[in-house]
Amino acid sequence: MQNNTQQSSVGALEQFEYDNKIVKAFLIASVVYGVIGMLVGLTIAIQLFLPEANFENPHTTFGRLRPLHTNAVIFAFVGNAMFAGIYHSTPRLLKTAIFSKTLSWIHFWGWQLIILAAAITLPMGLSSSKEYAELEWPIDIAIAVIWVVFAINFFGTIVKRRERHMYVAIWFYIATIVTVAILHIVNSLALPVSFTKSYSMFAGVQDALVQWWYGHNAVAFFLTTPYLGLMYYYLPKAANRPVFSYKLSIIHFWSLIFIYIWAGPHHLLYTSLPDWAQSLGTVFSVMLIAPSWGGMLNGLLTLRGAWDRVREDHVLKFFVVAVTAYGMATFEGPMLSFKNVSAIAHYTDWIVAHVHVGALGWNGFMIFGILYYLVPRMWRTELYSKSLANLHFWVGTLGIIFYALPLYWAGFAQSLMWKEFTADGFLAYPNFLETVTKIVPQYMMRAVGGTMYLVGVFIMIYNLIRTAKQGIFADADYAEAPALPKKVNIVGGGWHTVLERKPFIFTGLAIVAVAIGGLVEFVPTALIKSNVPTIAAVKPYTPLELTGRDIYIREGCVGCHSQMIRPFRDETERYGEYSKAGEFVYDRPFLWGSKRTGPDLHRLGGKYPDSWHYNHMLDPESMSPGSIMPAYPWLMDDDIDYADLPKKIRVMQQLGVPYEEGFDKEAVEHAKKQAEGIVASLAKDKIKTNKDKEIIALIAYLQKLGVDIKQK
Amino acid sequence: MFKHIFETMEGVSIYPIFSLLVFFLFFVGLGLYVFLLPKKRREYMENLPLED
Repeated sequence: MQNNTQQSSVGALEQFEYDNKIVKAFLIASVVYGVIGMLVGLTIAIQLFLPEANFENPHTTFGRLRPLHTNAVIFAFVGNAMFAGIYHSTPRLLKTAIFSKTLSWIHFWGWQLIILAAAITLPMGLSSSKEYAELEWPIDIAIAVIWVVFAINFFGTIVKRRERHMYVAIWFYIATIVTVAILHIVNSLALPVSFTKSYSMFAGVQDALVQWWYGHNAVAFFLTTPYLGLMYYYLPKAANRPVFSYKLSIIHFWSLIFIYIWAGPHHLLYTSLPDWAQSLGTVFSVMLIAPSWGGMLNGLLTLRGAWDRVREDHVLKFFVVAVTAYGMATFEGPMLSFKNVSAIAHYTDWIVAHVHVGALGWNGFMIFGILYYLVPRMWRTELYSKSLANLHFWVGTLGIIFYALPLYWAGFAQSLMWKEFTADGFLAYPNFLETVTKIVPQYMMRAVGGTMYLVGVFIMIYNLIRTAKQGIFADADYAEAPALPKKVNIVGGGWHTVLERKPFIFTGLAIVAVAIGGLVEFVPTALIKSNVPTIAAVKPYTPLELTGRDIYIREGCVGCHSQMIRPFRDETERYGEYSKAGEFVYDRPFLWGSKRTGPDLHRLGGKYPDSWHYNHMLDPESMSPGSIMPAYPWLMDDDIDYADLPKKIRVMQQLGVPYEEGFDKEAVEHAKKQAEGIVASLAKDKIKTNKDKEIIALIAYLQKLGVDIKQK
Repeated sequence: MFKHIFETMEGVSIYPIFSLLVFFLFFVGLGLYVFLLPKKRREYMENLPLED
């Protein structure tokens, strides 16, 4: 095998610039939104032990703020920093200017507008309720458009490159760009009812499978692959030595993207998802430990022989904790994917702790390391204070520990309480609330940990602003390199070497690698009808119930309440008959949830009288003393908006829900009639209200939950 | 029930073997390539980020 790349690329030297302005803009956006996202996170963490911290305002209540927190952290904090890193490292690795500065700025401002739209619509309750994909369809389309702009700019840069071979960081960026596009488009497929409301193209089990194929791979391809790319660039840069093993990085890349895409169903173990899909999820999740740890070791071993520098160098400190957190989270992930571990951990705070080790440790500390690396360089100065950076490092690290440990504790403790039986065979904690009040102290400790982490961020911001003030920002760095000849015959070098020269074939193969897993899991579930056995007794929602369901979605109830009873003795004892796939065929979107801060609601229907629900929503503590659920007084005051109801029925018909022809015209009447019945039943318990209040629709929905096949 | 779905698919027995082969061959190929990678090429790639 002969390598004549260097010879063939010798030509006249060309001069070009690396744009720093776009990097600066994305970095500032990342920090600003990071602070906002963390503040929102802290607010809802406090609400878990002090429900009044919602200011008794619908817009600032847990259910609506929780998606704002996750979206802000994932797409604004981590997203903007990812773009900064990609816009900084890609041109330098490819020895060329970014393809188009105009596209860079369209990308930047488009992304910020999308975040702004999210910050406005999510507190308004405009949500598809699919985790990490809550934004409604017009914003989804905007995301797709801006992502395409980013892709054109990125691949344009690759085409213009003066370095024939693409370094491993570039492969990770390519995988990120193509896979996020596929995930986002498929999971967002929905039929619009209005500009602010849509129904998922998928129902029930299929919706769940698509959602967690998306959700898991959003973690994989938004929070992991781009940051692995950044790791492969910035860690060697900061350590000033090449990556430990380039060979390992090849294996790391291909096996990671090949395997990651299959692992989504581990979010649905013991649910109504078909067993074969659950098993696939488990098997691939366990396999995933190999590439994940390969990557982690490749990062850590890059520091071989330079560990003494970690003591001195604050950038390396952050990177080491980040990569270690990545290693811990990617060990824990496969363990959590075993069915017996999932049985304990799922729906508890264990999962919240797990994701925060990833978010605070891996993503957060990678970002801080990159910020400490880039800001002094772009401002042509030294860091203002190394001791403040060290302080940030320790406060942040301790913050992660104080955040995660109480939640691990809370998760174990609560799960064991859920599952405990007395010697006589009764639930030891028959009242769900008892298991919640016992972990409130841990919730308080968690808020302390989160506050520490945020304090660290403020220390960093002060340090970086002082750094910027003492330096002078360089709009661009200048470089020169010979142009690549248009056509060259390069012989040999192995097939991967060829791939490194052919970005589009490489991209195509990456798409194939990620598409296989998605198709194998998804197509049979979507196409083979018998994968979701229908149950004749399960009827579509009445117009009033559908309206109530949309209120449930708007208020983000799914953030704390699951609707998926797993086939365990303690769950059937506590909640009733376990959930069947066929019960969800009219659920668009599915509302299985992923966390039980409150009890499961799938068999709630008929459990309590209407008046209980009315009083409970007005003041949860009146029915459940000690409850940490917020009150929803606005549901008693606000009138139901029936304007979209006929359209909702028509959209549901289009999606295959068997409402009778012309039912849309009768829907409002039908709803009002059903509402009168609930008003009458409330009147019997001396509650005066009228049939147009939102609470009536919500009660109708809650009383419908799980009753179609009720057996106990 | 799922057995039935797979039983009614034509030539279904080849699917798992084919899948296994695809994975196996892909990773064997990848392993071989990596094992045989010339040192010069590896060092060139490794040093790309350190150049600028």
